[in-house]
Amino acid sequence: MITLGDYLIVSGILFVIGFAGVMLRRNLIIILMSLELMLNAANLSLVAFSRFRVDSNGLPNYNAQVFVFFIITVAAAEVAVGLAILVALYRARQTTDVKDISSLKF
Amino acid sequence: MSLFLFWLFALLTVIFGAAVVINRNPVASALSLVVSFLGLAALFMSLNAYFIGIIQVLVYAGAVMVLFLFIIMLLDLRVEERHQINWLASAGGLAVALILLSQIFSVVGHLPIAHNAFPPLPGSTIDDVRNIGAALFGNYNLPFQIIGVLVLVATIGVVLLSKREPR
Repeated sequence: MITLGDYLIVSGILFVIGFAGVMLRRNLIIILMSLELMLNAANLSLVAFSRFRVDSNGLPNYNAQVFVFFIITVAAAEVAVGLAILVALYRARQTTDVKDISSLKF
Repeated sequence: MSLFLFWLFALLTVIFGAAVVINRNPVASALSLVVSFLGLAALFMSLNAYFIGIIQVLVYAGAVMVLFLFIIMLLDLRVEERHQINWLASAGGLAVALILLSQIFSVVGHLPIAHNAFPPLPGSTIDDVRNIGAALFGNYNLPFQIIGVLVLVATIGVVLLSKREPR
């Protein structure tokens, strides 16, 4: 029997993997990919809760799925802008390593 | 059978998600991310969210990953050379991640509804594209319009960002 908790655990593990990627990796592209992983982990738990809340008509709660739709749209826009910033940065500094970009470091 | 499929796709998603972080080659990371997203799309479909699953495949595994691969090829990123790892910082980051993981486990373990199975749906098929569309254009019309403006702004921003400045 698959419970709500199983999906939440998978979603939590996925979020932690993305979080560890952001904390540990230095390549900006990998950091952006890890951010995508974290957003998707949130999406998975939203969809699981949506399926869990079946209303009186026998339908899942679609508010959560609309929210997931918005998250996917925003994430796609975010990736496009992030990668454009990355390309601009690479043009200026010839690097994608966060260790080499420390002008604003306190 | 559905239990087997759930664990298969959950393991696929998690293992290839971990491979994204572990791989040193950016191209291998991006391809692992594609597999992870496909597994996630299958998990969405196992939750009867077919529309979200299809969108996941089209937008993430399709458009976003092509963008990532395109940029990786454009910048010609090589496999990172093995440089000095700051062990203290890495251990700190890993410790924070593990604390977060144990926190999530304990919260899910103590959540009473987490031990309940999903309630059955009465119909064998559900018309979820129609229902999401009705919600999107009815109740969520204003956010939907705003998201359209956001995408337009992002498009213009990307064009401006990638324009080469005249010297």
